[in-house]
Amino acid sequence: MSSDMPKPEELARVSFQPPESDWMDTPVQFKSGTYNFPAAKKNVEYLKMPNPHAWAVDDKDWMLGDKWKEKILDGISDRLQKFRSFSLFMDICVRCGACADKCHFFMGSGDPKNMPVLRAELLRSIYRKNFTVAGKLLGSLAGGRELTEDVIKEWYYYFYQCTECRRCSVFCPYGIDTAEITMIGRELLYELGLGINWALEPAANCFRTGNHLGLQPHTFKDNIEFVVDELETATGINAMPSFNRKGAEILFITPSADVFAEPAIYTLMGYLLLFKYLDLDVTFSSYASEGGNFGLFTSHDTIKSLNAKMYHEAERLGVKWILGGECGHMWRVVHQYMDTLNGPANHLEVPRSPITGTVFENTRSTKMVHICEFTADLIKHNKLKLDPRRNRKVIPTFHDSCNPARALGLFEEPRYILRNVCEQFYEMPENTIREQTFCCAGGAGLGNDENMEMRLRGGLPRGNAVSYVRDKHGVNMLACICAIDKATLPPLVEYWAPGVGVCGVHELLGNALIMPGESEERKAGKINLRAEEDDDESEGGGDV
Amino acid sequence: MKAVSALVAVIVLFAIAYMVGPSAKFVFGVAVPYAAMAVFLGGIIYRVAFKWGKAPVPFAIATTCGQQKSLPWIKHASLENPSTTGGVILRMAFEVLTFRSLFRNTRVAVKDGPRVTYDGEWVLWAAAMLFHWSFLVIVLRHMRFFTEPVPFFVPLLQAVDGFFEIGIPALYLTGVGLLLAASVLFLRRMLDAQVRYISLMADYFPLFLVMGIAITGILMRHFMKTDIVSVKEMATGLATFKPVVPDGVGPIFFAHMFLVCVLLAYFPFSKLTHMAGVFMSPTRNLRCNSREVRHINPWNHPVRVHTYAEYEDEFRDKMIACGLPVDKKETEEPKKAKAGEKKVDD
Repeated sequence: MSSDMPKPEELARVSFQPPESDWMDTPVQFKSGTYNFPAAKKNVEYLKMPNPHAWAVDDKDWMLGDKWKEKILDGISDRLQKFRSFSLFMDICVRCGACADKCHFFMGSGDPKNMPVLRAELLRSIYRKNFTVAGKLLGSLAGGRELTEDVIKEWYYYFYQCTECRRCSVFCPYGIDTAEITMIGRELLYELGLGINWALEPAANCFRTGNHLGLQPHTFKDNIEFVVDELETATGINAMPSFNRKGAEILFITPSADVFAEPAIYTLMGYLLLFKYLDLDVTFSSYASEGGNFGLFTSHDTIKSLNAKMYHEAERLGVKWILGGECGHMWRVVHQYMDTLNGPANHLEVPRSPITGTVFENTRSTKMVHICEFTADLIKHNKLKLDPRRNRKVIPTFHDSCNPARALGLFEEPRYILRNVCEQFYEMPENTIREQTFCCAGGAGLGNDENMEMRLRGGLPRGNAVSYVRDKHGVNMLACICAIDKATLPPLVEYWAPGVGVCGVHELLGNALIMPGESEERKAGKINLRAEEDDDESEGGGDV
Repeated sequence: MKAVSALVAVIVLFAIAYMVGPSAKFVFGVAVPYAAMAVFLGGIIYRVAFKWGKAPVPFAIATTCGQQKSLPWIKHASLENPSTTGGVILRMAFEVLTFRSLFRNTRVAVKDGPRVTYDGEWVLWAAAMLFHWSFLVIVLRHMRFFTEPVPFFVPLLQAVDGFFEIGIPALYLTGVGLLLAASVLFLRRMLDAQVRYISLMADYFPLFLVMGIAITGILMRHFMKTDIVSVKEMATGLATFKPVVPDGVGPIFFAHMFLVCVLLAYFPFSKLTHMAGVFMSPTRNLRCNSREVRHINPWNHPVRVHTYAEYEDEFRDKMIACGLPVDKKETEEPKKAKAGEKKVDD
């Protein structure tokens, strides 16, 4: 983290006093540390999106291209006809303000345009002026305003200050979902070639190589082999998986961060141990090597384009069903978009656990099971020998990731696993978990370094809840089931709640699993998957 | 400023009807009410059936607010994460009748420390409940003017509403309730810095309009009496399409009815359409079982995909070299053709 970042006490001194000038007359100011860099031209070109051009946020002229106003208005018109959500949400907001202080970016910045209601009004005002009778006749009296280049700049700033976490939609009396607004707002910006690189480059890489860092097949395999070696060092067990294997029963797809980024690689170790323990007939794919879907942060068409690889690869390999790893937005796509866009997956069978015989009825059509559902079922059926004492130094709390929380309702499965693999477990305050959970403030493409101040601001509510349980219960680990979380929460907790680590649920499972043939050191609980050795013989509690 | 313009607009509307109404009875007593009703019905039908209704719901984007239905031994939140139509109906009933989502409202404060606090915030919910339920009862009570015989529940509502028998005729609680709730909602808009900042003239105008309707109604019942028999005659005439405007209908009545007409005509073009829209919100009215049952998108068009074959063509040699299985053993095209694409990889 850069040294010029203000101290947490200072950053948290947020003014909630709106400016004197009306929001329509207050132009956007791009402050370093609070915005994202533009998508590189090559990535826009590679994905064959409109108006690829090189530009910078500081440029006066963003080179929006010919007829840019028409393109925006046509884009709005087109989407009003394609999305009832959009059509409805443009009309029915009463500006009651219930959503205002539900957004982590508003809480951490005090910027009124980060109130979900005002974020949406940035687009609604253009809609009213151009598509409603009242707005056409009465203009600003009816809440309409002219579409100008400044509006476009404002959209770029604020539609990328939304992590599409959907917390506001829980509180809205009409269920207005700001994620729908900003997803469509971002699509409109792409009509002019405007996007952010942190979302578009991963999307371009996923398209070509199958994963967001652009790892080519041999590198992808190398990375996993490296993790397998590390795992062997820590446990004495070789848990090498198979790749692109035809005829396997299950295709396993996880976010690719699991194969190269700490601490996500320890989650991968957990999966590998579990698969080895069960002798599961499962294979990884180098082609469908990304669970995450950067299309969700780009456009609906890109969602489909990237997601298509999952079913395509499952069909090619002839597997029976798909198992998915710990990921947030991947699971929103799998649960709410995949079957609709790329199904029906008639080439697959209704998932059935080969170990317990449980048929996952809730995945009857999509045929993809969440690893937490799979593992919770195993534990419930006593199929895993677990020694929670091996996690005795870990006092975890659980961070519900936005999408598994508010798009699936996957609340109990990970908690059930945690309670079975750890000796202690503490919840954060109820306004900060489950359906009210707070975002890591780095989702939806915003988890880059140039945006760090805004991430830390948006991370205030989550960080503060973590520091609360750290001080009250001695919590020293923030467990989560999202790869973006695993990348963005470490700087967040380091800043707001130092002394707390970040891990995946399956890392803790991997620690607790009593493996046949494991090393004596592991048997005695003296080494964990991170190869951290522990000679302290004291019982429980930890040393925090 | 926005609030003042809205207030002035409502006062002007009141004044027009109060002063001109009695001398232009046919316009204010027949033409305007019919026109307003036509605009209201036509406008709502257009919006629901054509604007919103014609736009499909391409994705199953329910917001889940409770545990999903997954493994049989995990307790499923059938109301907050419904997997059946019955569950959705219940969820919607709670939403529409009790404002379930608004009930969750909290007020956040960021205090020194830093310490983020969340306090229950029920003022908005309570005012909204009082406002909408009072409004509903008032509308139903008014059926006594339009129907003959009067439906059984109307006298019942009147009796309950006037239960405390304050004054003669008894003061209706809902009339006072509506005025009180509208005042709270107005004050909240003015006093809360954030809400004031987001408010448009279109947020103040309907509030003042409703206050004007409530005030004129209360005035008419208790202070500026008008001939109730004539009013009923006129209302029944309108309802049966045999319009008459009897003498004895006072200016306050014209003002009351005109403000109602303005509200009706304004309704379909404003945020008030939330009344109909709430039933159509895809984050609330969909089943949350989108992995169990496929949701259909009528415009699901094909997109450009990168097939496995294309992928293998590009990387075949590398795959073979590192021992990954391949579908075709040999590269069929020269490798150099693909070199240009490598720019993306960095």
